Order: sequence, then structure tokens, then C-alpha cells
Amino acid sequence: MKYTAQDFKSDQEVKWCPGCGDYSILAAVQRAFPEICETLGYKKEQFVFVSGIGCASRFPYYMDTYGFHGIHGRAAAIATGVKVANPSLTVWQISGDGDALAIGGNHFIHAIRRNIDINILLHNNQIYGLTKGQYSPTSKLGKVTKTSPYGTVEHPFNPGELVLGARGTFFARSIDVDMKLTAEIMLASATHDGTAVTEILQNCVIFNDGAHTAITQKAVRDDRTIILRHGEPMTFGINRDKGLVLDGLQLKVVRIGEKGITKKDILVHNAEEPNPGVHMMLVNMQQPDFPVALGVIRAVRDKTYDDNVRDQVLRVQTLSDIKTVDDLLHSGTTWEIR
Amino acid sequence: MLHKIIDVTEVTIRFSGDSGDGMQLTGTLFTDVAAVLGNDFSTFPDFPAEIRAPQDTVSGVSGFQVRIGSNDVRTPGDFCDVLVAMNPAALFANAKWAKPTATVILNADAFEEKNIKRAGFTTDDPIKELNIDDRTIIFAPITTLTKESLKDSGLDMKTIVRSKNMFALGICFFLFNRPLQPTFNYFERKFAKKPELIAANNKVLQDGFNYAENIHAIQNTYNVKPAKQTKGVYRNINGNQATAWGFIAASEKSGRPLFCGSYPITPATGILEELALRKDLGVKTLQCEDEIAGICTALGAAYAGSLAVTTTSGPGLSLKSEALGLAVMTELPLVVVDVQRSGPSTGIPTKTEQSDLSQALYGRNGECPILVMAARSPSHCFDTAFWAAKLAMEHMMPVMLLSEGFLGNGSEPWRIPKMKDYPAIVPPVVPANDTDYFPFIRDAERLSRRWALPGTPGLMHRVGGLEKNNKGSVSSDPLVHEQMIHERAAKVAKVADYIPPLKVVGAQDGDVLVVGWGGTFGHLYTAVQHMQAGKKSIGLAHFDYINPLPKNTADVFRRFKNIIVCELNNGQFAAHLRDKHQVFFYHQFNKIQGQPFMVSEIVTAVRKLL
Repeated sequence: MKYTAQDFKSDQEVKWCPGCGDYSILAAVQRAFPEICETLGYKKEQFVFVSGIGCASRFPYYMDTYGFHGIHGRAAAIATGVKVANPSLTVWQISGDGDALAIGGNHFIHAIRRNIDINILLHNNQIYGLTKGQYSPTSKLGKVTKTSPYGTVEHPFNPGELVLGARGTFFARSIDVDMKLTAEIMLASATHDGTAVTEILQNCVIFNDGAHTAITQKAVRDDRTIILRHGEPMTFGINRDKGLVLDGLQLKVVRIGEKGITKKDILVHNAEEPNPGVHMMLVNMQQPDFPVALGVIRAVRDKTYDDNVRDQVLRVQTLSDIKTVDDLLHSGTTWEIR
Repeated sequence: MLHKIIDVTEVTIRFSGDSGDGMQLTGTLFTDVAAVLGNDFSTFPDFPAEIRAPQDTVSGVSGFQVRIGSNDVRTPGDFCDVLVAMNPAALFANAKWAKPTATVILNADAFEEKNIKRAGFTTDDPIKELNIDDRTIIFAPITTLTKESLKDSGLDMKTIVRSKNMFALGICFFLFNRPLQPTFNYFERKFAKKPELIAANNKVLQDGFNYAENIHAIQNTYNVKPAKQTKGVYRNINGNQATAWGFIAASEKSGRPLFCGSYPITPATGILEELALRKDLGVKTLQCEDEIAGICTALGAAYAGSLAVTTTSGPGLSLKSEALGLAVMTELPLVVVDVQRSGPSTGIPTKTEQSDLSQALYGRNGECPILVMAARSPSHCFDTAFWAAKLAMEHMMPVMLLSEGFLGNGSEPWRIPKMKDYPAIVPPVVPANDTDYFPFIRDAERLSRRWALPGTPGLMHRVGGLEKNNKGSVSSDPLVHEQMIHERAAKVAKVADYIPPLKVVGAQDGDVLVVGWGGTFGHLYTAVQHMQAGKKSIGLAHFDYINPLPKNTADVFRRFKNIIVCELNNGQFAAHLRDKHQVFFYHQFNKIQGQPFMVSEIVTAVRKLL
């Protein structure tokens, strides 16, 4: 059966604020899913959306799939339980920056460490929206909010750095306004075996409007972002004449055609490289010195937790004489009263 | 001199020593032999939280009490007939548990001035200081004799000295005319890959036995005949193991795979460990990053169609509160096991208590009643876990199973049941493409919703913590909210139609009804049986179901002049009864010392009412 985006829209009224970046993320996901089904042979009933608390976490109600709207911070734990219990399901976690990185930080890093085969969409708007405008663990240092009226005095997380630090096998980044890129990444995420984290830079139109506009505005986007694709040279810019090279142990932006630089000097993106060194530099690139990296930055093959569970169960089952509960109850030392 | 063999119906032995002295193993091996000989028994491991507290101090003393009998043994005994103390600290801490006539076996080598002082004695003569009758003391140089026994074994000195608990066990085996062969068999299994340890342990055990026979200090030895038990195949089981196995049994009966998400915590960890072993039966266990993930992974697994379980103890239960509320709201089957320990906060982690009852009943935000059950003995944990799982799945709700440290670690003989004698478990799983399916439309009898499993075509739906109407749409309509609260509460109350009525042990009406719940059953039962000989009529009503209470509760209460609620807390069940059945007056007998009741205390408390 061929699905359309319409097949993934539930009958519930979408209640985000007008202009919220979540609308385009939802649309991108609904647009991507028919292709995911076709490519990977999934049926609609295999999808489970799990979320925590926050604006983004209302997402499951708007998808006509199985869905579980959890409690604050615990989406990764609930999603883990769903996936381990039934590995044939394709599990999608929706969390905001507060949900995944503050109250749910522990579950987030441990899901990644275990490499559970789930997809995590991290809507990063650098603010607490549903509680009306307090700073989040990704708010920039000095950010003025209701709970930091004189500016924050704490450093933010870079989600990609955290993912790599937790030995993540997949990290991608997109922006809410680029629905085509988000949809493309969704397919890559679904294809990846293991915990796939996609950070989506999302605009909160009410409490943190314009947090990402310095890079997401159409006029500057091509110059201030770089879309990485495995096997392709790392070029960017309106004229695609800028690129990244390694200068000693550092990345450096160069212009093709200047100072003898040719296209073949530009680094070629290898998302499948297990050593996270270059990936770490890519996720850390920031304006104004560097373009912000988008696309699939890391996608490394490794065994998943669910695979390991399945293999271990099969191995123990072949070796054990205990096949039923009656066998179990009679195992070990017993004695008979006649 | 030939010693006399005296038949006794029951006897209590308490092994005590430093945490590293292997007293838990010694007690377990003594118990295993009692089991093989057909004695009834009940054990009570009583150990400190520290793995290896400073040597020879009271804080490091580990004890293991076991009562064996030819009669019906329901408790590990109030006071012991034999006390083994491997050092002065063990004697200092445990002398109070010994009867005045008790035989006291001491490791003489450990009674040096330094150790006596470290133990807290104020004089250099602990025996005199504790006023112990020295005619009953066996003052044996156990460490020296063990070294002598193994001097040609080729083992290093550390290993040799560590075997001294087996020398002590040998002495006890002589004292109770026990055969050594079952323990030899144990060594053979345990040390299959280290034959030198089999030979060494066999020798130390035998030498301890021979020593006791040769010193002629023991005038009488004791014989405990097999108990008259129902025919059948038996095994030794502790409460944590029985809990784990009860869930596996429910999984087999229901056909729903078993998932346990958990985080290690004393004294509940044994359940997770036991389940982790059972990959052969397809059990999935996930040792989580924290308690919250334990219950949340379980809840995710429940949504996906597993029999889901999470195991913890008091502080962990506090952490699980919010997610337990989510389980109530999403109406998913989930069993939460709380193996209670002394609280509040970290409390005394290795000591038993019943003080989480109020937390179990009320410890959540919002109107959030849940089914609460309790196990009454180590082996009863099996049936309690089975029924908790059955009710959770068939009634689509979280269930709280209250166990206790005393049950989790304690063990008793168990007549192995047959799975064919257990009832079927039929969860209300929705068939594919059922167009009548809505998430919160209820079954007319049980008032429970149905279970639509992800992966099933045509049943896509969303659950979550937000209030919803019966069709599953998010709703903040005031009347819908009130109606759903009533529906969820009615569903829990309805379980009363599916649970057995309250039974009374002893007198069926009359002067005093002793009321208890959970792991105090053995002590209350023994006390009430003991008082049947008197003129007053005394009964025991022991509750396995705390919420809802059995339907005949008031009928039972009405038949007695006095009701006394006995529990190891400050009166939490009494408060619950006052709330649910206000017309009765409830006396209380409470103990909050991290220790189980003593039968004698209960008898005294009840007699005060007469």
C-alpha cells in the first residue's frame, strides 16, 4: 500500500501558536513518512511516537500513528521500553531542549549509550515555551529571560557534542524552515540502526522569536550554513565556492579559487567514520567564523541494544534445559515428602 | 562419655560474625540440610548495609537466624537456642537474642583484648559482662583449629582463615545430629572448577564436627524430626525469588512477554537479578539509569504489549510516583513491587518495615487510587506476584505489590505447585481493525478499557498524561475530568468482586480480632494459635488486599469485641481502616525498629486488651 502525507495526519486540531516552527517540522515528518514506508517496507501501524512534556511533545496527538504522550523528561525511557518490548516497531521520540537535555538529560545520554534503535527529534528553540519563557539548557550565555532577568550565567549544551560524548552513532541537524532537508534527514534517521538524534533548530515565535534567524534567513542561509552529505565535498555559499579544509588539527573555511585552493583540496564528508574527531569539530562550528553544519553529520554502524538483547536470549535459550515455568520451579535442589 | 540425644520439636539457631565471616552462607547451608531432612523452617537474614564495615565492630555484624522444626514453623523464632558468635562484636550485638539457656558457640581466637574493646565491652570479660551462664558456652579456638586442619592443603593463609565458618557449621551439625553429605554435595557443585577447595571445605566441616564430638563439652545433642508436611516435591525459596518466578508464571499463562525495567536497590535487587537469569524463558530485563527510567521503560513495554514490571524499595518508589500516576492515567497494566525497608529517606536500608503503605496508597498527585496488595510469607510472594500480574492485565491498571525486606531475603520450604493448577490470564487485547475500538471505552463488568497493541492494523490511538474523554481525545472539559476520575476509581473498587473474602484464623468471633497485613503473618499466626489454648476467643484476620479491601471486611470486624491492628509502622493500615470502615474502634500495636515482630510481644499486646 502506498501512503500519502495525509495518511499520517490525525483528526486532532493542531494547537501550536501561529507561526511556530513546530508546524513545519510536523509537515516535514508527515511528508517524509510515505517515502520511509516505501523504502523500508514499514506499515503505518508499526510507527509509535513517544514524547515528554513541552510544546513539541504534543506532536504524537497530531500523527495518525500509535502514540504515547509521557511525562516531563521521560520520553527516551518510555520509547526505550516500547522498542525493547517489540523491536519490530519503529519508534520516534519527540522532545524539546528542556525535555531532552534538562529534566530528561539522564535518559537521553543513556539511550544513546545503549544505542537503542529509536529516532529522537530534538526540537531546539533555546527556550521554555510551555511555561512561558524561561531559559533552557541550550539558551545562549547571557540570555535574558523571565528567570534570568539579568542574563543567564550558565553555559549551554551543544546537543551534538553531548550526543558524540555519549558515543552516539547518529547525529543530524536541520532547521525548521527547510522542510526538504528535514524530510531527507528523517529517511536517513529511519534507515539508521541505533539511536538516531536529529536536532532541529526551531523558532519559538512567542518567547524566543528569531533565535536562529541569523543562520536560517533565506538571504544568508547558504553562506552561514553548510549542508553535509556523506561522500560529498564540504562546500557551501550562494555560489558554492566556499569550503572546509583541515589546517593542522583545526577546520578552516577557504574560498575555492583563492590562494591556489581547488575543489579537490576541500574535505569530503565521511559520516561513517567511527572516530568522532572531525564530527566533533563539525557539530561545534559556529557563526561568525564557521557555517553551522546541517545534514547528517554522523551515521556509524554498530550493533544496537535490541539486536544484542535478541541475540543473547536466543543464545541462552539454546543452552538452557529450562523451557517452561514447571521446569524452572523444579530446577536446583528439591526434595520429596511422601 | 556418650552424649544424650534429645528430641525437640523446634529449635532456633543464630549465626553471627563479621560481614566478611560468611555467616549468610553458613546459615543458608544449615537451612539447606534442614530442608533435605524434611524439617519445616523459616529464615531471617539480618545484616548491615555496609558490605565490609570496619572489622570487629558492632556495625559490621551480620546475622542469620533460622528456626527449624518438626511442627508447623511460621517464624524464624523470637530468641535463639544456639548462638554462634565469631567475634566479640557479634556476641555483643546478638547476646540479647539468645535465650538464657542457649548454647553459645564462640570463636575463642577472636576474643583478644583489642577486639573485646572494639566491640564495646567495658571490661575484659564479655561473658561476665553479659551475664551469660558459662556452663552453656563452647569456647572453641575456631581460627587456630581451622589453620591446623588445613595446614597441608596448600591453600594460602587468607583462604584457610576464610574457611573457619565451615568449622563452626561442623560444630552445629554435630549439635543437631545432621549428616554432612548434603553440604559435601554443595561444595562439589560450587567448586566444580576448583577441586582443592572441595577437599579443603569438606575437611574443615568434618573436623569441626569431630571437634565437637571429641571435646566432650557437649552433653546433649538434639534431634529435630521431619515435619509432617503435605506430600509433594519441595524446594527452599526466598521472597525475591518467588516474586520473580510468580511474574514469569503469569507471563507464561497470559502469553504476554515479561519485561522488567529496574534499578538496583536494597532489598529489592534480588528480583531483578533473578529475572535477569531467565533469558531462557524469554524474560527481558533492563537495568536502567535510574528508578524513573525503571518504571518508564516498563510503562513503554506495557503500551507495546508486555507484562511489565518494575521493582524497587521505598526511596525508589518515591522517585517512581509521577510515572505511576501516568500508569493510572493511561490505564496500562503494570506491576510495581516495593520491597519495603526502614525509612524515611535512606533509613536503615537492610532492615525490614511496613512503612510504605501510605505512600503506596496515596503517594501521587491528583485523584489517583491504585490496587495495593501484600505478600504474607516468602513463598506467598509467588502467588501474590501471579495475582498482581493477572489483575493488572485483566483489569488494565497498575498494581502495587508490597513485599518487605523480611520476606525478600527470608526463606522457607515451598511445596512446588503445578502450573496447570493456576487460572488462565486473559488480557483484553483488541483484535485488528476493530472499528468499535476507542481507547477509554470500558468493559461493562470490570469497567476496564481494552489493550490495543502497537503493530496491530487499524487501532492507531494516542495515550498520555493529559485528561481524555472515553474516545481518547484530549479534553479539559470539567465534567469529563470528573467523570473520568470516577470511572478510574470505580474500576479499582470493582476489583473487590474478583478477590477472595477475608478469612479468620482461630476463633471466628469473640473477644479480640488481631488484624495484620503483609509479612507479619507468620508472627501473628503463631501468636494467635498460641492463644487459642486460653479461655478468651481470639481470631486473626490477615489482609492480602489493602485496596480495595475484601467485601466482607466489616462483617468480620463486627463479630469481635476488640480489634487490634498490628503492623511494623506507626499505624498506617489502622488509619486506612479508620477511613474505610469508620464505625469500628481500632487498637494498635506498632513496632518501628527495623525488626520483625516477636511472637511474645504480640501475645502481650493482645492480653492487655483482655
